[in-house]
Amino acid sequence: MSAATDTGLGVRLSGLAKSYGPVRAVRGVDLVIAPGETVALLGPNGAGKTTTIDMMVGLTRPDEGRVSIFGVPPAAAVRDGYVGAMLQTGSPLDHLRVRELVALMASYYPHPLPVDDVLRITGADEFAGQWTTKLSGGQAQRVRFAAALVGDPDLLLLDEPTAGIDVEGRRDFWQAMRAVTERGKTVVFATHYLEEADAYADRIVLIARGEIVADGPATEIKAQAGARSIRATLPGVDVAALSALPGVRSAQRHGDAVLLSCANSDAALVALLAAFPGARDIEVTGGSLEEAFLELTAAGEEAGRQTTEAAR
Amino acid sequence: MTHFRYEILRTMRNRLFYAITLGLPLVLFYGVASGQRHATFHGTAFPLYFMTAMAVYGAMYAVVAPGARIARDRSRGWLRQLRITPLRARTDFAAKVAAAYLLALPTLVLLFLAGASLGVRLGASHWLELAGLLLVGLVPFVVMGFILGYLIPVDALAAALGGVVVLFALFGGVFGFQLATSGPLFDVMKGLPSYWLVQAGKTVLGGGGWPAEAWIVIAAWVVVLIPVAALAYRRSASRA
Repeated sequence: MSAATDTGLGVRLSGLAKSYGPVRAVRGVDLVIAPGETVALLGPNGAGKTTTIDMMVGLTRPDEGRVSIFGVPPAAAVRDGYVGAMLQTGSPLDHLRVRELVALMASYYPHPLPVDDVLRITGADEFAGQWTTKLSGGQAQRVRFAAALVGDPDLLLLDEPTAGIDVEGRRDFWQAMRAVTERGKTVVFATHYLEEADAYADRIVLIARGEIVADGPATEIKAQAGARSIRATLPGVDVAALSALPGVRSAQRHGDAVLLSCANSDAALVALLAAFPGARDIEVTGGSLEEAFLELTAAGEEAGRQTTEAAR
Repeated sequence: MTHFRYEILRTMRNRLFYAITLGLPLVLFYGVASGQRHATFHGTAFPLYFMTAMAVYGAMYAVVAPGARIARDRSRGWLRQLRITPLRARTDFAAKVAAAYLLALPTLVLLFLAGASLGVRLGASHWLELAGLLLVGLVPFVVMGFILGYLIPVDALAAALGGVVVLFALFGGVFGFQLATSGPLFDVMKGLPSYWLVQAGKTVLGGGGWPAEAWIVIAAWVVVLIPVAALAYRRSASRA
């Protein structure tokens, strides 16, 4: 599309680190994102996703490391209109109508999309004449999306774009996103919704405690974690006793049913049947992304110590 | 250009604020000056003095107004959003300054008309000179608006802006009396841009414009305040 994307440089983060006082928010992030790729930054709250995104757009200066966007520093990429972003905090400007706000954003960019097209794609056309201060949460989110999109940036950064939005609103949002990414944009979005990362990203970058703990397509991440779980009906057995079985990482009880998250499901199954022959309705299932997520984000935090907490 | 247009639009749409910057000084002017049409004040006809004072009062409110908008935009996270668009900070500043002056201008015109209705008579060149001096003398207040907008939390901002304007107005002699005419307090007053703004009416009649002292005071305020404003901008940018 533009000269910068033709060079195939994409987005490059190298050795990125940032501390706030004693808190090391981001500790050494290396990431290369190819042009046209849709990447999810997935992680729990406080993992360093927002700090990483802020450094990518130049809002926060890294303590260490470098960011390059299409071969240039963030400030230059922003100045030339290559970057559009939907930040977590940006609520729309007041004393303006929706259409005016989007037109205002368009005026900042060298080659904006037609305002009406963007309003239609994002579904903001239904309330284009409304004051920006009189919008519902879902409407405000569409407006912010429209504002990020209207400059037709090559790189679109979305920090928890669907936080606080109902299910229908989320589905509409991602439908609109699909329409946009078909135009060959590079998209990076932060989320703590696993299903969003699973469904909409080409690639998931899992972040925990300021570090990348896994990076790859959703299927690969599931495999990497190797988590499998065992479900069984087993009344009256202490969760702590189940957690202590070989191969079991954590155990939960839901009424008569127990759920064992396993590091080694084969060993766990043998041990379970040996210790509790009364176990019935046994199912062994492949790890879900959720389990992979929990395993990978908990790794290094004394996974064993987590057992009792997870069981609660 | 679009940014500038919307900056004006947003200012105008804050109708209540607009009404107050225009209306309050006008009401005060008629309320106080009607009964004192033929009085003199420190050697100046009272209506001329008070017309200038009230024009300054209203215009001070008008030019600190961008501060209120900056604080609101900041609290809504919009300043961060702006910083990741190609819009240059200096374009934004220029638009805000222009909007501030566009808001101040009607206040001046309105007060001049009110003054004329109570017998203030000046030659055309004197009216223009007076307007010119006021617009220049307001520069420090424009910068103060920016500083407060970047530093003060939005819920304390109205009080901060109002407080700054009232203090400068009081010590500048805007309210129809001077706190001192000699001594250390008077020296302090002469160090304020608002004092020289209020004196502009008298200055114009005397001919020859402001004394060098007035220019130095106003220039000094601007020279000191601009780096503070730059610091405040950077601070809010790195934090917010």
